[in-house]
Amino acid sequence: MTSKDSNIELSQYLNSDGQLVQPLPSYLDDRTQLIALYQTLLITRLFDEAAVNLQRTGLLGTYAQSRGQEAIGCAIGKAMLNEDVFIPYYRDIATQIQRGVLLEEILLYWGGDERGSCFSQQKHDFPLCVPIATQFCHAIGVAFALKQRAQNNVAVVTGGDGSTSKGDFYEALNIAGAMSLPCLFVINNNQWAISVPVQQQTAAKTIADKAYAAGVTAMQIDGNDPIAMLTGVKHALKQIRHDGKPFFIEAVSYRICNHTTADDATRYMQQKDLQEATQKEPLVRYKKFLSQYHAWNDDDDSQLYQTCQQSVDQAIEHYKNTKPQADGEFFDYMYQDLPADLAQQKQAFLDDLNRHE
Amino acid sequence: MNELTMIEAINQALNNQMRANDQLFILGEDVGANGGVFRATDGLQNEFGMQRVFDTPLAESAIVGMAIGMASQGLTPVAEIQFMGFIYPAIDQILNHAARLRNRTRGRLSCPLVIRAPFGGGIHAPEHHSESTESIFAHIPGLRVVIPSSPARAYGLLIAAIQDPDPVIFLEPKRIYRDGKQAIEDDGSALPLDSCFLLREGIDISLISWGAMIKESLEAATQLAKKGIDVEVIDVATIKPLDINSIIDSVKKTGRCIIVHEAAKTCGLGAEISALLAEKSITSLLAPIQRVTGYDTVMPMFKNEQHYMPSSQRIIQAAIHAMEYR
Repeated sequence: MTSKDSNIELSQYLNSDGQLVQPLPSYLDDRTQLIALYQTLLITRLFDEAAVNLQRTGLLGTYAQSRGQEAIGCAIGKAMLNEDVFIPYYRDIATQIQRGVLLEEILLYWGGDERGSCFSQQKHDFPLCVPIATQFCHAIGVAFALKQRAQNNVAVVTGGDGSTSKGDFYEALNIAGAMSLPCLFVINNNQWAISVPVQQQTAAKTIADKAYAAGVTAMQIDGNDPIAMLTGVKHALKQIRHDGKPFFIEAVSYRICNHTTADDATRYMQQKDLQEATQKEPLVRYKKFLSQYHAWNDDDDSQLYQTCQQSVDQAIEHYKNTKPQADGEFFDYMYQDLPADLAQQKQAFLDDLNRHE
Repeated sequence: MNELTMIEAINQALNNQMRANDQLFILGEDVGANGGVFRATDGLQNEFGMQRVFDTPLAESAIVGMAIGMASQGLTPVAEIQFMGFIYPAIDQILNHAARLRNRTRGRLSCPLVIRAPFGGGIHAPEHHSESTESIFAHIPGLRVVIPSSPARAYGLLIAAIQDPDPVIFLEPKRIYRDGKQAIEDDGSALPLDSCFLLREGIDISLISWGAMIKESLEAATQLAKKGIDVEVIDVATIKPLDINSIIDSVKKTGRCIIVHEAAKTCGLGAEISALLAEKSITSLLAPIQRVTGYDTVMPMFKNEQHYMPSSQRIIQAAIHAMEYR
């Protein structure tokens, strides 16, 4: 889906060949900033690849990849303030990494361990959300709390294009508008809800058009353009801090990977479309930009690549060495205090365990 | 000390906790200027302002989802769902998130919220306004499900629910909202959420019930006393987690147990109580456990609702059957 026939214009700085189609925004005059942005993309990509490999070798469970969509999450994570609150969906490791969630925590989560959502940083952020679109409703509640606190912070919530077909999406967007809540909605329109293309999800001209019905300001951004994404999210957050109203971003991207490691996209995705989309993906595009405008060469690239790979490798080691949960820990956080009947069940479980050991 | 109906006691408890906790917020449909369709929130918006008592757009899932977001950041939301028959759009939020947030984050985030909803039949309401589906929620780990049966217990249990650190589904038997008054001291005292209430002592039969059916159970007990049958009546009140020990203690004493609920029979909470009694105390039974419940039908529209809801007569019949069992 493009902005064709819609009133909404697609924001872009870099075309798919990495050429500037408009002057860089002034906050990006500094080369180190531009490279730092590249580093966020690279570490996400390398982590993503490592996670898929870990799943293939049985060390992780089913994992939702973000290949080709890294620019969206990296931009969100870089633009947010620490005290803002992030309410993610499940394909959001890029933002999580930028928010300071440890790579080994992300691995723990996808490795089937709840402790992966007990972030050592970002104590107020939500864990990854699996039931589609439910997170939008949490975000307006968080935004309400932030508004009460009056420290000009923003709740940032994400979802996929498929999630915009759900009632919770409309309910939350509508309330955010009606109650004027400081909430940024970012939709990763990666064109696919598992196997169903976005054209089958909606007759709306763009996903961003859906925000207009709720009276929420919206823009569409090239989600594979890291500069447009970062600039757009910064603009949106500034706007929200200024007028306290919600804002909506549709980030147009493409899922150049399976839905998850349990999926086989060759069953429904045309090879031609995938190849075409791969030409426009953010890492290749951004690297071209850096080499054309900022003398980025292959040596620079492989050095940065190594640095990022080291971080990922270290995280994998930490993950592998994480001690298992204490026996029966899964009983302990159902309530603040374990109710008597549940305490009995826990004891029975532990006794059973001891008998069989 | 004021004489209050149950709905007034609920209003008083909300008012008390609004005063005690400036992080408490009330949200829902028509809870503001209108004071709720049953007047549970009457006058609260006037007293505490539109920021703290606010009408949401008409969207049950978002009401609960929003309350979850608020609770996660340290606020204390009390959400009203106008009738239990309309809570189902929010089931996803309640089951998948409110009940799980503490566990999912290993206690980093929690969900101290209360969802209030009027439930049950008997007020000649339209279709979908009279169901009792409390056992759906009692099945869900992570929730507390609380049902008052008198003005004083409504006051004390609602205060406890609001102060509880975990999500509470607070179901209000609307048939007895205005059924008699009780003197209530507005002192903010909470009642325990982990124990049954012994309403009447007896040695022959244990009547186990909750909500509006307590009225029928007490009536039956009075009638049975005239026949020389001495009935003990227990109000379960918090149906999740369940205080089964108090029920077992009672049945050990009486040897006979009748469970009374308005909800449909199959998989109602009576089934769970029966199973627990069978598991833990079968040798103390002198007669089979009986369940006097609603039928496994759709709750009829109001012309027939009195035929659906257990009456004191049905309870009396069951009691006589239990006493005659050999």
